Amino acid sequence: MSPKTLYDKIWDAHVAHEAEDGTCLLYIDRHLVHEVTSPQAFEGLRMAGRKVRAPEKTIAVPDHNVPTTAGREDPAQMTEESRIQVEALDKNAKEFGVHYYPVSDVRQGIVHIVGPENGWTLPGMTVVCGDSHTATHGAFGALAHGIGTSEVEHVLATQTLIQKKSKNMKVEITGKLKPGVTAKDITLAVIGETGTGGGTGYVIEYCGEAIRDLSMEGRMTVCNMAIEGGARAGLIAPDETTFEYCKGRPHAPKGGAWEQAVEYWKTLFTDEGAHFDKVVTLKGEEIEPVVTWGTSPEDVLPITGVVPSPEDFEGGKVEAARRSIEYMGLTPGQKLDEIEIDTVFIGSCTNGRIEDMRAVAEIVKGKKIKEGIRAMIVPGSGLVRAQAEEEGLAEIFKDAGFEWRLAGCSMCLAMNPDQLSENERCASTSNRNFEGRQGYKGRTHLVSPGMAAAAALTGKLTDVRELM
Amino acid sequence: MEKFEKLHGIAAPMPLVNIDTDMIIPKVFLKSIQRTGFGKNLFDEMRYNRDGSEIEDFVLNKPQYRNAEILIAGDNFGCGSSREHAPWAIADFGIKCIVSTSFADIFFNNSFKNGILPIVLPQEQVDILMADAEKGANARMTVDLEAQEITTSDGTTIAFEVDAFKKHCLLNGLDDIGLTMEKAEAIDAFEAKASAARPWV
Repeated sequence: MSPKTLYDKIWDAHVAHEAEDGTCLLYIDRHLVHEVTSPQAFEGLRMAGRKVRAPEKTIAVPDHNVPTTAGREDPAQMTEESRIQVEALDKNAKEFGVHYYPVSDVRQGIVHIVGPENGWTLPGMTVVCGDSHTATHGAFGALAHGIGTSEVEHVLATQTLIQKKSKNMKVEITGKLKPGVTAKDITLAVIGETGTGGGTGYVIEYCGEAIRDLSMEGRMTVCNMAIEGGARAGLIAPDETTFEYCKGRPHAPKGGAWEQAVEYWKTLFTDEGAHFDKVVTLKGEEIEPVVTWGTSPEDVLPITGVVPSPEDFEGGKVEAARRSIEYMGLTPGQKLDEIEIDTVFIGSCTNGRIEDMRAVAEIVKGKKIKEGIRAMIVPGSGLVRAQAEEEGLAEIFKDAGFEWRLAGCSMCLAMNPDQLSENERCASTSNRNFEGRQGYKGRTHLVSPGMAAAAALTGKLTDVRELM
Repeated sequence: MEKFEKLHGIAAPMPLVNIDTDMIIPKVFLKSIQRTGFGKNLFDEMRYNRDGSEIEDFVLNKPQYRNAEILIAGDNFGCGSSREHAPWAIADFGIKCIVSTSFADIFFNNSFKNGILPIVLPQEQVDILMADAEKGANARMTVDLEAQEITTSDGTTIAFEVDAFKKHCLLNGLDDIGLTMEKAEAIDAFEAKASAARPWV
């Protein structure tokens, strides 16, 4: 038998039907659903008189639109349209009988944090959701990717997706990370290297010592942004770190089933000699704490760098860089660590987990944020929030001057009331710095949680290592 | 889904690279629970001033491109989110075909589900089409899906590749779900086999 990659193995284990031209029906083990990309899909089922084929494998939670301020049960806190979407999910979840975590449930949160936290996401699974950051779940060695609403409807009706296999890409991060360098810096550095289209047509497997050394939460941060590099999915082979994280979670197998599952999961690795169509290698010890300067996640530089000039680029990127620099209100040659910010956003499916909260607390403990800076921390789920409160982190944040919010997607995409105003500049732990992403004409610099915390204290983009 | 007939129409040039889904349809317009009505907000922040007035030099606001049905775009078109609102807005505006050197994966798949044909061509050929599109409304292109050919206003023909299954669905306006449901037996059989092998799933 020819050697297989991890992706090959998961793919092969899920092909329910293959047509002569290679078009496959891929069976889906977990379907996550949120309020923004699902209403039209449920409506489509209703109009065609179709049911959800596997409601027990379908998990719904409202996250994109929900306010993150206290008293959010009050519908008046939402715009009419947001309220309609959340109510539509309430109604659809009930009518079609899928698992549901409503806003009032402590387990509610960002769908990509809720899935792993409750043990829905396990190694070797196929996981989809009408959201591009579904790539997050690849950290478990699960094949996970975003789909459009027509595909959401297709999965609801048939528990399969029509797919053609992607190519295999290996991203290896060798060696050890230096202090102050995190999973976020790894994933941004990779996109800086490959570009936002570098992964198009591929599924990435991240490997190497620096990846192995990451916790599950760090691995989720890395895989989360695989989509920002254009890849269909990102994967990390499961190991003891993975099993340890999964064990005992509410929907993880128990007893004999657990033993059987682990035995299978241990077969999920890339065989020696398996073929990769593309290989990218970065040295872990050469990665610096990074920030983005432009309006594409590929616009990445070490915090010690300067704003580039459009002429530094080639082809269509010259015009794109000129547009970005103007949009961001920057000047070529300006030092990145002298850029003053107005706002700090800590949260999102990229960096809204408990370890991210701890990393922030470590930097801001006993300190105050710079006067005039708006700074908010939005935990990724109600459970993350509860744990942060139990560990005393919430008090540290509040004492430092942060707003301590309820769980949701919040200012990562600003569909709820948490938005930037025109020209407001934000150091953000989220995943996209697109024009208008965090609010009309808002300016986003993507950073790690520690870097965001440092920026909150100094009022400018800051090398976190200076505060450690 | 509407059938993709042979298209003869105006092509608009959008050479900017990395046009993302947030540019195509900003999130403030994702709150509808319908599939229609997004066309007026297509490229909203590039197309309108904050007061709702049009930005004159945006390509689709120029008189010669207001009825464009084809978009010739820069590399990595449609990157970013999975929102199908992006192709819904494009289709609702009246654009039925997009040509670029590459598309983001999810956007590419979403387009086919909505009767839009995304075509990938090498840079030199996109450059030819971009130059043709720059000529304005008098320069109409023909996109023949059956023959897999684009013909420019001066008669140059460019062949393109398209997945056979996706082509079949577009030409016949077929609904994927109906087709998959015909394979219910295969899905049932897979489910039985998989739940025996991996009962914890």
